[in-house]
Amino acid sequence: MKSRHFAKCHVEEGIFKALMIGSFALLSASLGFILLTIIIKGLPALNLAMLIQTPRGGYYLGKEGGILNAILGSLYLAGGGTLLALLFSLPLALFLKVYTNHSHWSDMVRLALDVLWGIPSIVYGAFGFTIMLALNMRASLLAGIIVLALLELPIMARAVDEIIRMTPFDLEQASLALGATRLETAVHVVMRQMLPGIVTAILLAFGRGIGDAASVLFTAGYTDRIPTSLMRPAASLPLAVFFQLSTPFPEVQRRAYASALILTVIVLAISLGSRWISGRLSRYVVK
Amino acid sequence: MQVRRPATALGIRRRKDSAARSFFYFLAALPPILATAMLLALLYRSWPILESKPLWKLLADKIWLPNQGEFGFYPFIAGTLWVTVVAMILAVPPCLLTAIYLVEYASSRLRAFMKPLLDLLAAIPSVVYGVWGMLTIVPMVQAIGPKMGKLLGFIPLFSSKNPTGFSILAGSIVLAVMVAPFIIAVSYEVLHTVPSGYREASLAVGATKWQTVKYAVLPKTMTGIVAGVVLGASRALGETMAVLMVVGNVPKVPASIFDPAYPLPALIANNYGEMLSIPLYDAALMSAALILLVIVLVFNILSTLMLRRIARRAKE
Repeated sequence: MKSRHFAKCHVEEGIFKALMIGSFALLSASLGFILLTIIIKGLPALNLAMLIQTPRGGYYLGKEGGILNAILGSLYLAGGGTLLALLFSLPLALFLKVYTNHSHWSDMVRLALDVLWGIPSIVYGAFGFTIMLALNMRASLLAGIIVLALLELPIMARAVDEIIRMTPFDLEQASLALGATRLETAVHVVMRQMLPGIVTAILLAFGRGIGDAASVLFTAGYTDRIPTSLMRPAASLPLAVFFQLSTPFPEVQRRAYASALILTVIVLAISLGSRWISGRLSRYVVK
Repeated sequence: MQVRRPATALGIRRRKDSAARSFFYFLAALPPILATAMLLALLYRSWPILESKPLWKLLADKIWLPNQGEFGFYPFIAGTLWVTVVAMILAVPPCLLTAIYLVEYASSRLRAFMKPLLDLLAAIPSVVYGVWGMLTIVPMVQAIGPKMGKLLGFIPLFSSKNPTGFSILAGSIVLAVMVAPFIIAVSYEVLHTVPSGYREASLAVGATKWQTVKYAVLPKTMTGIVAGVVLGASRALGETMAVLMVVGNVPKVPASIFDPAYPLPALIANNYGEMLSIPLYDAALMSAALILLVIVLVFNILSTLMLRRIARRAKE
């Protein structure tokens, strides 16, 4: 009787362990599956012209050209957005740590950041659009940058905040005890300590910004030219993928796969690069 | 009479510090202000349509004909819910099992390998997920749809009348993969908050590892896991591009997982171009964004507060 009970327990243990390993394998396999699909479909259509030319006449019917406009547009949009978001999120995260460590006030700000992080990018796009209407602005690089900055702000601020929380409180106290003001402590001690975290946060936010389509759809517009001014519309890679895929021509659709491959390579390079950089920088951190 | 302090080095440093402090307070007010501004701006833009009809009528009406001034949101709300619920049903069991495996069973080497894997999955842009879905998931659903329909067609949920693969099921599969890293990460954190004493006590009285998980760890973390799932669902609700590309976009109330649907984000993204040319159309689309925002805000605030309470309790 007793042994049968034991056997039952072990069978249950075995079943669930198998299920767990199965789920784990399923997830890893789906990442591989996604990457493989994009590479197999995208690689044959990829060529140098796609990377260094803008769309010529009849590009969307399958004629000559490339998507340099979208590649550069995306880099401008995500780069500008990240820079703008950094200007606000870095001081914000420093403030949360050094000035108000564990107060209701900082809890409230963190809650607001978490909530902002969860708001879908299409809502950011719609919000940006209402603001543009109110200001009588047209779709432009600047509007796209501002909306992306709003989208990236909570991501970056929370990522930096999580890292700063790891800084030993002793370090801060030592600095304050030596007579440094809070500002000096924040800038000279805490900031240096969290350099690897800041780099990771910047790259994370940049990756999110460059891959986001729904927010720039409303605000940055789309154009076949390389943007030359902040007031002109700008193309972006995710939208290039989307628009090329919606044409009925197989030739153009293949280019959409190639564009998706370019976008994936950029994003994965950023993700892997951020790991490597933060690993290198964390050598200079006081543990 | 006010005495002016001499501008000593210390005085300047103090003044800098207090200037920085007020700047910081301004910055910290920014996130709550931004969230409120979004709500108010969308409310303002969608006011014309909210004013024209009672709210329940807008939400429950099934007819969507912008040219004739008919704006019924019901098909879109139903589409959003269908896609999200099916995606969560597909995603939650494997994600939970993976998280349990990582916390309770896996070696630290495997855990170290999993982190970058999840980061990569989370980093892939939604449009790339959409391309993947169109290339692989849609044909797959198209192939299995009729077979499932024959086998299980007597249940309305599985009846298959849609010859293309662009369907709720395709959208849900893509969404399930997209939210997986997020749900795993949150449940991993929650499972970690259980003190190891709990596990040791259970193992010491002779429970197997799975029994320990089932009777000691899971009951203690249930609320946290539910909060994580709700957070994941609110991510899934707002996902635009990937879903839009595989879900079919037909404004009809779906009845089966093989039917096409038209979720709210897809509605906004697909029609923003013509919305200024038809009266009330822009207000209708902005109120679609408003509905999304309100649902996501409620979900997010509740689950974040719950998760925070759990984290605090774990610390004590």
